[in-house]
Amino acid sequence: MSLPEPELDELYRELILDHYRSPRNREPLESPTVVAEGYNPLCGDEVELRLTLDGDVISEVSCAGRGCSISQASASMLTEAVKGKTLEQARAMGALFTRMMTDPEFTPEEDVGDLEALQGVAKYPVRVKCATLAWHALQDGLDRHETGA
Amino acid sequence: MSSIDVGRVRDDFPILRRTVHGRPLVYLDNAATTQKPRAVIDALVHYYENYNANIHRGIHALSEEATARYEEVRLKTAHFIGAPGPETVVFTRNTTESINLVAHAWGRRYLRPGDEIVLTIMEHHSNLVPWQLLARDTGVKLQFVDIDDEGRLIWDDFERLIGPRTRLVSITHMSNVLGTINPVKDIAELAHSRGALVLVDGAQSVPHMAVDVSGLECDFMAFSAHKMLGPTGVGVLYARQGLLEEMDPFLGGGEMISRVLPEQSTWNDVPWKYEAGTPNIADVIAFGAAIEYLQALGMDAVRAHEKEITAYALEALSAVPQVTIYGPREAEARGGVVAFNLGDLHPHDLGTVLDRHGVAVRAGHHCAQPLMRRLDCVATARASFYVYNRLDEVDTLLEGIREADRFFGHVATRA
Repeated sequence: MSLPEPELDELYRELILDHYRSPRNREPLESPTVVAEGYNPLCGDEVELRLTLDGDVISEVSCAGRGCSISQASASMLTEAVKGKTLEQARAMGALFTRMMTDPEFTPEEDVGDLEALQGVAKYPVRVKCATLAWHALQDGLDRHETGA
Repeated sequence: MSSIDVGRVRDDFPILRRTVHGRPLVYLDNAATTQKPRAVIDALVHYYENYNANIHRGIHALSEEATARYEEVRLKTAHFIGAPGPETVVFTRNTTESINLVAHAWGRRYLRPGDEIVLTIMEHHSNLVPWQLLARDTGVKLQFVDIDDEGRLIWDDFERLIGPRTRLVSITHMSNVLGTINPVKDIAELAHSRGALVLVDGAQSVPHMAVDVSGLECDFMAFSAHKMLGPTGVGVLYARQGLLEEMDPFLGGGEMISRVLPEQSTWNDVPWKYEAGTPNIADVIAFGAAIEYLQALGMDAVRAHEKEITAYALEALSAVPQVTIYGPREAEARGGVVAFNLGDLHPHDLGTVLDRHGVAVRAGHHCAQPLMRRLDCVATARASFYVYNRLDEVDTLLEGIREADRFFGHVATRA
């Protein structure tokens, strides 16, 4: 009996498993400028992002949390993707990533780095919310920071 | 040996012929909702094609037929659970609504600040949140019976917590996560001896074993049609004779009234006092076909079949060293629900692999977040069985689990 390995591989690319196994920027920042939390009550996935801002540049970022491989790998990739970026660039990347997740036909022209590995998630609608959890948290955190809430 | 001819049963369920991702469907999510036999689907279509009409108000032939069929199902339901008569059976939308009905119509009428309600840590949110809302509005105190290491309720907690201020003990008959079958008759005896009423959440028990509300001596019993081969959108509330008469109405509107004046109204007789507005006529009628189907199989045979398959699943899962099983180890002490985890792999990752094998299981907190916290886990996978499941479907489940273990092995043991 043939096992559905190819399809699983398409979702769980090696790079995703690598980020899940060895999450980047895991050590929580001591005195962050922005703290953003994301929680998915359906499956219990949790992320906590901490950002240190230097002007409007994200100079440091950390992410802690627990949950499925997709949610935690995506959060780990986020930390690498937004570090050193301006708030505007980080938001734009979030919008781009959301589009990647919701439109399986869409392939970004820009270089999105490791995030490209999550492309296959778009074909698994029930897992999209896992991949976008950290990005929604980032957006909420930045919104609250900018409105001073 | 179970006396259910599973091959013949499976022929009655059209959906079991479909495939998922190129594999035969292995449906092991029966604690969430069950599949429907042809007889139930036909009853729905037959109603809409032949005697669709509103009930209790028309004087034409169609309305009379629909009313008669609808009320027959009430009688059938009463017989099925050993209730003394149809007037003790109210149709609602689901178990959740049945419990909310009691919280509103009984709780808000009779409970006072400082009164106590005893629940357990294994309750589904549907038997927790309605009481939290009631507590917020009335000042009632909630207390919780804990579980032991095998997921059984701790009897001493009942002895300790049920006191003079306890007005209600509201407990699940069978845990939707641990599978534990609780001694509700003993609990009811203790509660009654101390002056408290007892509500039993029968959502997971009524579909899977012979349940006799008179023998159990419970005051309320709530359950759902869709978890016992019936359609979605139909729930049942059984209330001991006399209770519904005394309680306040729940929803106001048509059907539940007797005389309506501009400023005030009087109520219809029970159980119609609790069925405001046009009810879910078609689905109640089709629920009747589900009850008949289960009665033809025999509830003792249903229980025996599930016990066999559960024992087989417990043994097979125990043979995988990385698997943690939650709840009692003996199939005798539990229903056909097995919650488990594979190493520390998140159940959603496991669920995705199983889905590629055509296996449908639930992965998550099972609407029991306090229990998840008590078990110290975020979520679990859960396989749950019913009359159409075969032992070889457990083998397919295990094949998927081993596949997930191979695929994620190097990450699943991550500390």
